[in-house]
Amino acid sequence: MTASLTLSNLACVRGGRVLFKRLNAALGPGDALLLTGPNGVGKSSLLRLIAGLLPAYAGTVTHDGRLALSDENPALDPRLPLAKALGYWAGIDGTGPAAVAAALDALDLTRLTHVPVRLLSTGQRRRANLARVLASGADIWLLDEPGNGLDTASLALLEHAIAAHRAQGGIAVIASHQPLGLTNAQALTLEAAE
Amino acid sequence: MKAFLAILGRDLRLSLGSGGIGLPVVFFLLVATLYPFAVGPDGALLAKTGGGVLWVAALLAALLPVDRLIAPDAEAGVLDQYAVRGMGEEMIAAAKITAHWIGFGPPLMLAAIPASAMLRLDGETLAAVELGLLAGTPGLAALGVMVASLTAGLRRGGALAGLLMLPLAIPLIIFGAGSIGDFGGGALRFLAASSLFLVAVAPFAAGAGIRALRE
Repeated sequence: MTASLTLSNLACVRGGRVLFKRLNAALGPGDALLLTGPNGVGKSSLLRLIAGLLPAYAGTVTHDGRLALSDENPALDPRLPLAKALGYWAGIDGTGPAAVAAALDALDLTRLTHVPVRLLSTGQRRRANLARVLASGADIWLLDEPGNGLDTASLALLEHAIAAHRAQGGIAVIASHQPLGLTNAQALTLEAAE
Repeated sequence: MKAFLAILGRDLRLSLGSGGIGLPVVFFLLVATLYPFAVGPDGALLAKTGGGVLWVAALLAALLPVDRLIAPDAEAGVLDQYAVRGMGEEMIAAAKITAHWIGFGPPLMLAAIPASAMLRLDGETLAAVELGLLAGTPGLAALGVMVASLTAGLRRGGALAGLLMLPLAIPLIIFGAGSIGDFGGGALRFLAASSLFLVAVAPFAAGAGIRALRE
């Protein structure tokens, strides 16, 4: 199956306020979409909308392929060692321990395999959150500010992971304030609706 | 099915790890210990009222873990991750009900044995209490998860959970305590029916509650 993601005429209303409307995008295998715009303009809401966590006010989202979402919530059990906490999701996704090990390696977390999640630093937790997406084997990555709290070396790892995912025919939708080294990415700047 | 078992396993592990099983049992035994101190060591009175006290204790013990059932998962984004994977909220709720029941139903039935000794209950009454708990605790577990999902998004949801859950549990406590007097009679069947009703309804109500949390 080839991954695809299409947004057509999408509008989002939160708390009686129009965040954005008439949003269109079409992504195929290997494509990336970079969402930019000021705070509160609806970047996170758009990602949650694509993920199916919010209903669209108007328009449709269609996608082929499995989704994986990384937002500010780690969704990892704080008491568990990192690999076990990630393994819970990999088990549900049907990818298993090998995918977890590969994801840990890709984000330079292998040293922390046996460290409980609650002891991780902010940047390490952020990378663990991304490792959950990597290990899911999903075709479409939805990343909300993936670069937050990451140092330069980790940012390079993140860029590399996204590039590798796209090279395998995956799709990435990324909301970010930081410039990320994305080649040939579509850009979508959300502006405050009048 | 795999996802159901995964959630069941995780919730059981979490309730084991955070003293979730021990706490209701200790609470249950504490009530059974305190009651004779309060009403005096009159064996006949204890034997007459003890079964009902055990039911009140079971109900309150079931209320203890309610604030841990849904709210932490909602805050940590675990429920969002389930939803991104397309898992049905009803299935999630059913798995959580099963895990919650395993976590407090059978332990409470075990704890009822020493508790019945403290309340001078005879063997027949103990058997009736055990049978009643077996029939009634699934309903209590279902009610707990349902109320937990409805109050998870609220501040001080724990206090509200008690206010919501206790009135809904009244049929269980009436028929549960009633089943002690007439062994194998109509009250036990009504208890099983109320419990079954709650188990059947709760996954849908709790599922709707979990969906509403995302807004």
